[in-house]
Amino acid sequence: MTNPAASTSAITPEIIADHGLSEEEYARVLRALGREPNLTELGIFSVMWSEHCSYKSSRIHLAKLPTQAPHVICGPGENAGVIDIGDGQAAIFKMESHNHPSYIEPYQGAATGVGGILRDVFTMGARPVANMNALRFGSPDHPKMKHLISGVVRGIGGYGNCVGVPTVGGETNFDPAYDGNILVNAMTVGVADTDRIFYCAAAGIGNPVVYVGSKTGRDGIHGATMASADFAEDADAKRPTVQVGDPFTEKLLIEACLELMASDAIVAIQDMGAAGLTSSSVEMASKGGVGIELNMNSVPQRERGMTPYEMMLSESQERMLMVLKPGRESEAEAIFLKWELDFAVIGHITDTEHLVLKWHGETVADIPLGPLGDDAPKYDRPALSRDAYKAWALVRPLDPATIPESTDIAADLLKLMASPDLASRRWIWEQYDHMVGADTVAPPGGDAAVVRVHGTEKALAITTDCTPRYCYADPYEGGKQAVAEAYRNLCAVGATPLAITNCLNFGNPQRPEIMAQFVGCIEGMADACRALDFPVVSGNVSLYNESKATGGGSAILPTPAIGGVGLLKDWRKAATCEFKASGEAIILIGGQDKGHLGQSLWLREVMGRKDGSAPPVHLTDERRTGKFIRNQAAQGSVTAVHDVSDGGVAVALAEMALAGDMGLYWPESLRLDHPGEELKFLFGEDQGRYLVTTVDAQSLLSDAETAGLRAVVLGQTGGDALHIGAHAIPLATLRAAHEGFFPKLMDGEL
Amino acid sequence: MKSAVIVFPGSNCDRDLAVCLRDVTGTAPQMIWHRETELPHDLDLIGIPGGFSYGDYLRSGACAARSPVMQAVVKAAARGVKVLGICNGFQVLTEAGLLPGALMRNAGINFVCRPVKLRVENNQNAFTARYAAGEEVRISVAHHDGNYSADEATLDRLEGEGRVVFRYAEAVNGSARDIAGIINNAGNVLGLMPHPERAAHLGQGADDGRRVFESLLGA
Repeated sequence: MTNPAASTSAITPEIIADHGLSEEEYARVLRALGREPNLTELGIFSVMWSEHCSYKSSRIHLAKLPTQAPHVICGPGENAGVIDIGDGQAAIFKMESHNHPSYIEPYQGAATGVGGILRDVFTMGARPVANMNALRFGSPDHPKMKHLISGVVRGIGGYGNCVGVPTVGGETNFDPAYDGNILVNAMTVGVADTDRIFYCAAAGIGNPVVYVGSKTGRDGIHGATMASADFAEDADAKRPTVQVGDPFTEKLLIEACLELMASDAIVAIQDMGAAGLTSSSVEMASKGGVGIELNMNSVPQRERGMTPYEMMLSESQERMLMVLKPGRESEAEAIFLKWELDFAVIGHITDTEHLVLKWHGETVADIPLGPLGDDAPKYDRPALSRDAYKAWALVRPLDPATIPESTDIAADLLKLMASPDLASRRWIWEQYDHMVGADTVAPPGGDAAVVRVHGTEKALAITTDCTPRYCYADPYEGGKQAVAEAYRNLCAVGATPLAITNCLNFGNPQRPEIMAQFVGCIEGMADACRALDFPVVSGNVSLYNESKATGGGSAILPTPAIGGVGLLKDWRKAATCEFKASGEAIILIGGQDKGHLGQSLWLREVMGRKDGSAPPVHLTDERRTGKFIRNQAAQGSVTAVHDVSDGGVAVALAEMALAGDMGLYWPESLRLDHPGEELKFLFGEDQGRYLVTTVDAQSLLSDAETAGLRAVVLGQTGGDALHIGAHAIPLATLRAAHEGFFPKLMDGEL
Repeated sequence: MKSAVIVFPGSNCDRDLAVCLRDVTGTAPQMIWHRETELPHDLDLIGIPGGFSYGDYLRSGACAARSPVMQAVVKAAARGVKVLGICNGFQVLTEAGLLPGALMRNAGINFVCRPVKLRVENNQNAFTARYAAGEEVRISVAHHDGNYSADEATLDRLEGEGRVVFRYAEAVNGSARDIAGIINNAGNVLGLMPHPERAAHLGQGADDGRRVFESLLGA
């Protein structure tokens, strides 16, 4: 990247290309300004029009997602989504990617990912109450992977633990498709009073624009541009574009902002995330339909001799921009000084609808805001048709004749429970303080995390979900499934699903097959959200997740990670998945047992095949079953609940048994829709199903019948082994297999 | 019981400790900002909470130990006011010289957050009177620097004087002699790495920590 000494250098084609702008886009810059830009202005256009900030390839498709519901207070477009959770309280949440930085420098990349998403939430007036994450790593035996896993996990913990927000759960998958481009998606949930929510639209001509937090340094310059291109072979050379986080400062910033927010001094507030001072000032002014003038000499600077170009593009962390009511500066300053943070009035709101930058008394940038924001480029990129995509994706149909009639079920289950995608994540979440705040009801490891709304009976349930291999095989069904699984996981703890955030991770949108994945996933998600009354209230798109570093420009699997939030009226009614007492009936509820082995983990881990279609989701059944499960949990008529997902019924049972340290007896012949197909029944990944335990099987079966749902008694709890048909798998053996993977991998024993 | 909780920049268990003290003792503690140079004179208990005071810069607890309010805490401790340091609070107490030894990086290098088995080694003090001697309890830890370290003579003295109050009953962080919590010679300053305020009622999964606060109330 050319590092200009002054902002007046002549603009050459090389400089334009270095800034990631196409010829056509540069022509658009010329039209917008009616003249040549200077370097500072070019830099500002470059970051604002980057994929990361402008959503230029995704906007027209994002519009397909449903965003409305009676409980939605604020949908996409603000720093985070806001939903009503009753009693004058709101939950505010969002998920965001930090993929490219985390591959380049895993500790700081992941840490600043957490810092950024926390700011998105407390910017709106919420105290952050829970962090979640969705991680995708490459093949565990890839030479770089241990370093990446260790760095990412330490980074997430290092930041979250220090700021004192519990990291309560998440998901972690492995696939060679992520070898050169891991995914780190971080989610924060906060709680605010509905009459104390802060937005970013600037208002009030002449009002002071205030900068608070850390000083601006030269770190992270062009991070947003970096995140908007494929990795070339020189990923390591991008290290200087990664920001460095300081969770201690973030903690102070949270407390200082919330303290000021208790007054009515703030007109608007926006965190400085990607593209730092540029995007925060442009967004605040654009949203408010006003102009903004900043004096660059007033920006708190960490280093000497910084140019406006560097200050505007820096992604130094832990900074916020605010518009205050006139005359409230000293009151605000006192709070920030108490917390030992920088505070500076750096400009004011104007009526020009322009961004104007002054430096040493001269105007060094003057850009109309329209072209930077609302009128930024927008592309309807070509996408393959569904059939053309299938042909390209080379997913072979699963021929039933090629599946063996029987196999060693016990050995298969042990293999699955020890496999990277199903093994216990304890090694990860024990490095996260998942209890600080003393409101964590259900720790990591369950279907959804459950966190009390402080000082109330209520609790929020939170989950992150996506099954990328389904999305690859069938983007539409995969998109549906990701939303449905989030819904299911919330129902499984007894919560009413309210809304989702999403983090859409895909490859290069200029490839029609990638756009086919993107469009397919969005359309599947949209249908699921509509059918489940589960709107999207915030989100983030991360494209260009491809790497030439691993040879071949290979894209990641399409990964639309969903962060779901639900509400429990009484945290004491939260359902958990562990077997509670022996002699209870184990009942499978909902869905159909077709024995869907296509794209199943059994097929991949045991047979080494990635064939078949993704399991279809029946959305009306999903909704009805979810409601039934929630009602049963609320009535206390089920003692344990667990959704059936990766690895099918056998894995779900094993997880319930391990969590409760109690075995099960399933002595009867398996009750199947297709008798004799034990394997398909045990490991099929048919959707929309839950396993529950109860002391009163008769009444549960009769309730299910009334609700029109299928319910099958599988057996009962007890003993210290899984007795399935003729097999007996000791819990101790199962536990050793399940708990062993991560410690062994990280100790270099695998 | 009148109590206070010290708040340093970066403390993050201050609220949790305050809520627990309020719930168990019936009286909300005063929150004392680190810049204060004096404490109320009628305090029964000073709580030093967990978290990352001053971001753990320099060494965990080192900056906090030198902050203005700690001079007042040291004086109060000398007067016999009870002081309870939890996690980062324990680190602050060792850095301030109110307790011997130091908390080093965990032997396993990683941060560790999980419920652990502890043995109550000594119930002859104001903090653990409601436990049986030798009782095993489960209280969570959440720390990166919990590896208690002191020279052999100090360790022998602590053991000999019955000042090891809590001992890990499983491998946690490499602490010398599995020490999880110690008390000063006068019996009014306790530091421990586990978080009793996170195990104060069954909604937190365990209530084994509650009796620390009940003991103080009864004292």
